[in-house]
Amino acid sequence: MRASQPRIRRTRKGEFELRLPAVEREVLRGLPGELRELLPTDDPALERIFPPAHPDDARLDAEYRELVHGDLLAGRLSAVEVMEATVDATRVNEEQLVAWLSAVNDLRLILGSRLGVTEETQYEEIADDDPRSQASALYHYLGWLEEQIVEALAEGLDPTALT
Amino acid sequence: MSATPAIAPAPVETDRPDAEDVVRPDVPWLVIVWNDPINLMSYVTFVFQKLFGYSHQKATKLMLDVHHKGKAVVSSGSREKAEFDTSRLHAHGLWATMQRGT
Repeated sequence: MRASQPRIRRTRKGEFELRLPAVEREVLRGLPGELRELLPTDDPALERIFPPAHPDDARLDAEYRELVHGDLLAGRLSAVEVMEATVDATRVNEEQLVAWLSAVNDLRLILGSRLGVTEETQYEEIADDDPRSQASALYHYLGWLEEQIVEALAEGLDPTALT
Repeated sequence: MSATPAIAPAPVETDRPDAEDVVRPDVPWLVIVWNDPINLMSYVTFVFQKLFGYSHQKATKLMLDVHHKGKAVVSSGSREKAEFDTSRLHAHGLWATMQRGT
């Protein structure tokens, strides 16, 4: 098997084949549950996925949050549920893969925020005995997986868009 | 950037009209996406295409503007439209803010 063989492939029927080895499934299986537990809390890492729309105006920002926060949270929880239900599937439809993308991206943002990732440190090697090494390895794995999800989904975008 | 008030006090004078809206009703709101070190470049391009129907070329140019210049205006319009677009970008994990155009 070539090293570059994609993990995620669009089928001719418009579904997506998930060729993920058991060890990766094992890693992924617990993540939706962890994200679901975290989302309704006030963990500081969540500021990155619920950012302010009006950072310089507390009144407008409170109005914005009042308007959208419930929907944003519900959308994320619903994506988590879909990923959890399909985490062992070998084939998913587009809607389900979009849910995976949402949950995986949220997990990356939370991990990256906790790891303090910056433009300068994003490719930094973290030593195995560093307490951050496990989170860092997961962060990089999810980035690699997300690249493939995006690539598979982008094939389906309207090629006739002109603007 | 100022810290986000997670639990901001409710505005007291809720029936007061928004002064800015009264004075400058014709100035559109801009939706701005800011550079961040975590979101993948391919993902940001994909989100611009998906949400705004932009071509791959236009979405890539906007993504590169965000990446190299630190930010880019990705849409504009009424306050309601800007709120809608900002919330869709937030749903996709992008670092978006909105402000009145100048």
